[in-house]
Amino acid sequence: MAIVSAGLFKHPTRSTGIAGVGLLGTFTYCHTYKINRVSFSSSIPSSYYCHATLSTTMEEVKSTFDADEAAVLVNKLRKTFNSGKTKSYEWRISQLESISKMVDEKEKEIIEALYEDLSKPQLEAYLSEILMVKSSSKLALKELKQWMIPKTAATSLASYPSSAEIVSEPLGVVLVISTWNFPFSLSLEPIIGAIAAGNAVVLKPSEIAPATSSLLSRLLGEYMDQSAIIVVEGAVAETSALLEQKWDKIFFTGGARVGRIVMAAAAKNLTPVTLELGGKCPAVVDSNVNLQVASRRIVAGKWVCNNGQACIGVDYIITTKEFAPKLIEALVSVVEEIFGRDPMESKERSCIINSFHFSRLVNLLDEDKVSDKIVFGGQRDGSQLQIAPTILLDVPEDSLIMQEEIFGPLLPIMTVERLEDSFAMINRKPKPLAAYLFSDDEQIEREFVQNVYAGGMAINDTILQVTVPSLPFGGVGESGMGAYHGKFSFDAFSHKKAVLYRSFAGNLRQGTRLTRQKNKSKSKPYSVETYLKLFLLYSDGLKTESMRTDPLDEGYGCPLFPYVMGKGK
Amino acid sequence: MEKSIAELRETFKSGRTKSVSWRKKQLKAFLDLVNENEDSIFKALDQDLGKSPVESYRDELGIVKKSATYSLSCLDKWVAPKKGDLPLLLFPSKAEVIPEPLGVVLIFSAWNFPITLALDPLIGAISAGNTVLLKPSELAPACMSFLIQAIPQYLDNKAIKVIGGGADVGERLLELRWDKIFFTGSPRVGRLVMTAAAKHLTPVTLELGGKCPAIVHNTLSNPSKAKVTAKRIVGAKWGPCTGQACIAIDYVLVEEKSASTLIELLKKCIQRFYGGNLKELNSISRIVNKNQFQRLVNLMKDPHVAASVVYGGSVDEEQLVIEPTILLDPPLDSEIMNEEIFGPLLPIITVKNIEESIEFINSKPNPLVIYAFTEDETFKKRILSDTSSGSVTFNDAMIQFLCDSLPFGGVGQSGFGRYHGKYSFDTFSHEKSVLHRAFYPELEPRYPPWTNFKLMFIKLAYGFDYLGLMLLMLGFRKS
Repeated sequence: MAIVSAGLFKHPTRSTGIAGVGLLGTFTYCHTYKINRVSFSSSIPSSYYCHATLSTTMEEVKSTFDADEAAVLVNKLRKTFNSGKTKSYEWRISQLESISKMVDEKEKEIIEALYEDLSKPQLEAYLSEILMVKSSSKLALKELKQWMIPKTAATSLASYPSSAEIVSEPLGVVLVISTWNFPFSLSLEPIIGAIAAGNAVVLKPSEIAPATSSLLSRLLGEYMDQSAIIVVEGAVAETSALLEQKWDKIFFTGGARVGRIVMAAAAKNLTPVTLELGGKCPAVVDSNVNLQVASRRIVAGKWVCNNGQACIGVDYIITTKEFAPKLIEALVSVVEEIFGRDPMESKERSCIINSFHFSRLVNLLDEDKVSDKIVFGGQRDGSQLQIAPTILLDVPEDSLIMQEEIFGPLLPIMTVERLEDSFAMINRKPKPLAAYLFSDDEQIEREFVQNVYAGGMAINDTILQVTVPSLPFGGVGESGMGAYHGKFSFDAFSHKKAVLYRSFAGNLRQGTRLTRQKNKSKSKPYSVETYLKLFLLYSDGLKTESMRTDPLDEGYGCPLFPYVMGKGK
Repeated sequence: MEKSIAELRETFKSGRTKSVSWRKKQLKAFLDLVNENEDSIFKALDQDLGKSPVESYRDELGIVKKSATYSLSCLDKWVAPKKGDLPLLLFPSKAEVIPEPLGVVLIFSAWNFPITLALDPLIGAISAGNTVLLKPSELAPACMSFLIQAIPQYLDNKAIKVIGGGADVGERLLELRWDKIFFTGSPRVGRLVMTAAAKHLTPVTLELGGKCPAIVHNTLSNPSKAKVTAKRIVGAKWGPCTGQACIAIDYVLVEEKSASTLIELLKKCIQRFYGGNLKELNSISRIVNKNQFQRLVNLMKDPHVAASVVYGGSVDEEQLVIEPTILLDPPLDSEIMNEEIFGPLLPIITVKNIEESIEFINSKPNPLVIYAFTEDETFKKRILSDTSSGSVTFNDAMIQFLCDSLPFGGVGQSGFGRYHGKYSFDTFSHEKSVLHRAFYPELEPRYPPWTNFKLMFIKLAYGFDYLGLMLLMLGFRKS
C-alpha cells in the first residue's frame, strides 16, 4: 500500500471501499492510471491500458461482474431514464416513500447488520445511521415540490422584454460509491438526493462492511423500482468495471487516494464528480471553556462516533501548554464515566473494522517517537479488534500519526504557546473536512472562522453540523469537492438549466409579467443606477445612424445587433 | 514559473486578497484597465480575429465592463454570511454559510473571445478573493500580449499574474497543484485538464461547447416576426466571431414546408448585414488561423455536403475569410453534422413535424444551449422537459450570455460548473458551513451509556416531536 501511494498519490490516508480487498488489484489499477491518465502527452489511446488492466484484475479477483455486464446495466438504466419515468414528481415521491418504509420496517435487520460489521452499539447505530436517513427522506418528501419549482431570475435591460428562470433537471444515470464506516447512511443519503433530483442510480456499497452491503442489495431490490435503482456488490474489480462506464455523475465517499482514481476515471467521459473525503479534523480548545461540557462533546465526537472511524470525527486536539493537563484529566474522567473503569470491556464502542486497519492503528501507536507519548489507554486486543480510547500528548508533528488521517480511537493532543498559533498549525496541513473550536472568547471565535480553512465548522460542539439540513456538508481541497445534505443533495444531482423567454416585440403582457416578477422578488440585483449604466454602456453600440431608418428594424429587435446595420467599420 | 506560483501562494497565505477592500480595489483597477485601453483592445481583436470595434465592444469589452460593475455593486452582499435555519432542539445555536476563497486558481481561456473568456472568470476569481494565474490562448497572440503587458500595470501583480506560451506551458501548469482550475475550450483538452486535476483533487469548471441547435417553429407565419427570427438567427450565427463561438447557432431545425421561406429571409438578412459577396463582406470576423480554416473547408469538401450548399460557399484563403454559407439538409452522417462546426457554415435540417426535432437533438450529446423560436406554449414545455442542455433561450439567441442572474455553463459533453454574476463568485468560493453552539443546555441523551430512555428521546428529537419530548421528560411517556 505504502509503495503504491508513495509514487503518485502523496497522501496515503485510510483504505476504503476499493482498496481494502485485493491489494494487488488496487496496485495494478493505480499503476495504470499513472501511465494513462496523468501523463499529458500520451498518444496511446486510453482504452488500451484500461482493458489490459481490467483483465488482469479480473483474473486475480475472479469476479463475474465485468465491464460488459456493467455496460448492459448502464444501458438498461439509461433506457429507463430516457423513458422519462424517473423525472416525474410522482415517481420520485413513491421511491422516497419506499425508502422511509424500508427503514421503518427493517430497522432491526439494519441494526443487526451494522453490529455484525462494526459491532456498532444499537443506539449509536440508530442515532448516526437510521435516524439520519429517516430525517433526510422525510425532509425530501416534504420539500420536493418546492425544490422542483423553477426559480425565477431577474432579467436585465439588455434583454428587455423577457423573463428568465432556472430549471432543475436530473443529470441522468448516476453512480454512488459509498464506504464502510457508516455503511447504511452514507449509501442512502446520496441516493435520497439522486432520487429526489430524478436520476437513475447504481449504488456500489463497500465490501468491507459485507453484512450491510448484502442487506442493502436485498432491501433495495425488494423496496425500490428495479428498473431505475440497482445495487452492485463487489470489490476492486466490480468498481473498476463500473468506473469504465459513462455516467452522468459520480458521487464518491471514501479516501483521498481512491478519490483521485475516481476523478481520473470520470475525466475520460467529462463526468462531474462529488468527492466526500476525510482529513485530519482538529479541535481547538481554549482554556476559558466549561471543561465538563467541552470534554463530553469531544468524547462524543471521537469515541462515541463509530470509535473514531468517522470522516468528521475529532482527529486531534490543539490546546495551550498549561491547559493540556486539565483537559486530559477531564477527558479521562468522561471516558471513564461513559465506558467504565476498563474501557476495553465496554460494549458501548464500535470495533475496528478489520485486522488491516487494526494493525495500521497499532503501527501509528508503536512508532518510536510516539509510543512514549501515551498518557492514557494504549491497550489493544487483536482478537476483538479493539483498541482502548488512547490519548497522546505532544507527539512530534512529523510523526505518522500527525501526518495521516487517524480514523480510529487514538487522540493526540498538541500544545501551543498561544491559542492563535493553532490556526497556523491547522493551515499547514491539507484542508480538513471539519474544524472544531471550543472557546468562550468571541474574538478567538471570529478569528478562527475567518482564518481557518475547512469544509465546515462547529463552534463549541462536534459532529452536530452534519445534522443541520440547512448547512451544506462537503470538503474543500484534500477533503473533497461538492456538498450535500438537505436541498444541497438535490442540487448535487441536478443540472441548473438557465431558461430565457423572449418575445418578438415589447408587448404589454410581457412587460407586466416582468414588472410583477420584479416586485415579487425581494432582492433587487439591478438598481436603477445599474440599469442606467448598462444602458449607457450598450448605447455605445447604437451609434450607427442607419439603424433607425432601416425597415428591418421596425422598432423591435435587440439593441445588440444594430451595429451590423452600419456598413463598414 | 514555479517561482511566480510560489509568490501567488505566499500572497494568498498573507490573507491580503481576502479583504473586501482589496477585491474592490482590484475590480476598480480592472475597470480602469478596460476603459483606458479601449483602443489597444480593439486593435488586438482586429489583429487576431478581424473583429470590428462595435462587435468587440458588444461581445468583449462591454461584457467584462458590465460584469465588473455588477460585481462591484454586489460584492458586499455576496461576501456576507448566509444564515441557515436551525431546529429548535439545537437552541441556542447559530448556523451560517460563509463563502471563503479557494486559494490559488488557474484560468485557461480560449481564443474566440480572447478578452471576455479571460477576464470574465478573472472578475469572479478576484471577487471571491483568490490569487490567480491566467493563461490566455496563444492562438490569439495580440490579445495575449496585450493581457501580459496590461494586467501587471493595473492589477496587484503579486496576486494576479498572466503567463504566455503554448501547449507546453499548459502542460507544465497542469502538473502543479491548484485550488481550482477554470477551463474554457474543447472537450478533448477538457478531459486532459480534468485528468491532471484529479491528481491533486483540484475542482474544475469546464466550459466546453457542443452543437447548439436552433429550432424554428411557428414564428415564420407572421411576416414581421419572421423577419425578427431571421435577424436573430443571422446575428447569432455570423455575428459572434463569425460563428466561432460556443453558444453560436450550430444548425437550424425547421419543418420542411417552411425551409424555403426561412432560407430566403436569411439570405436577405445576410446581405443586408454583411454585404453581398465574398469581396464585399464587412462587419464580420475572419477565421482565426490556417488550421481552423482548413478544417472548415474540409467540412464542405464531402461531395454530398458540397451539393447541399444553397448560399455562399466561397472562401478566401489568403484573408482567412469564409462567406456566410447555408446548407440545406447535408447528410446526417457527414462530419459537419457530427462535430461542432465553429465557423460560418449553417446547415438547415428539415423535419416533417417540428416535434421530431426533440428526438433529433436528443440523439446528439447535450449542447450548451438550445434555441427555439416558437410561440407554442406546450412545445416550449416539451423542449424544457424532454431535452437536456446547459441552457435554453426562447425566441432569441446569444442574449442569455448577458444575463447576470442566469447561470452560464454546460451539462454532459458541454461541460460542468457555471459562472456569470453571482455564479462566478460561487464558482471560485468554498461554502463553509459554520455551526455556533452554546455550552448550555446540554442534550444528555447524546452520550452513552445507552438506555431506552435515550433511544426514545433521540427518536422524538429527530421527528421534532416537541410535545412528545416534553411528555417523555415529564415521565408521561413510556420509554
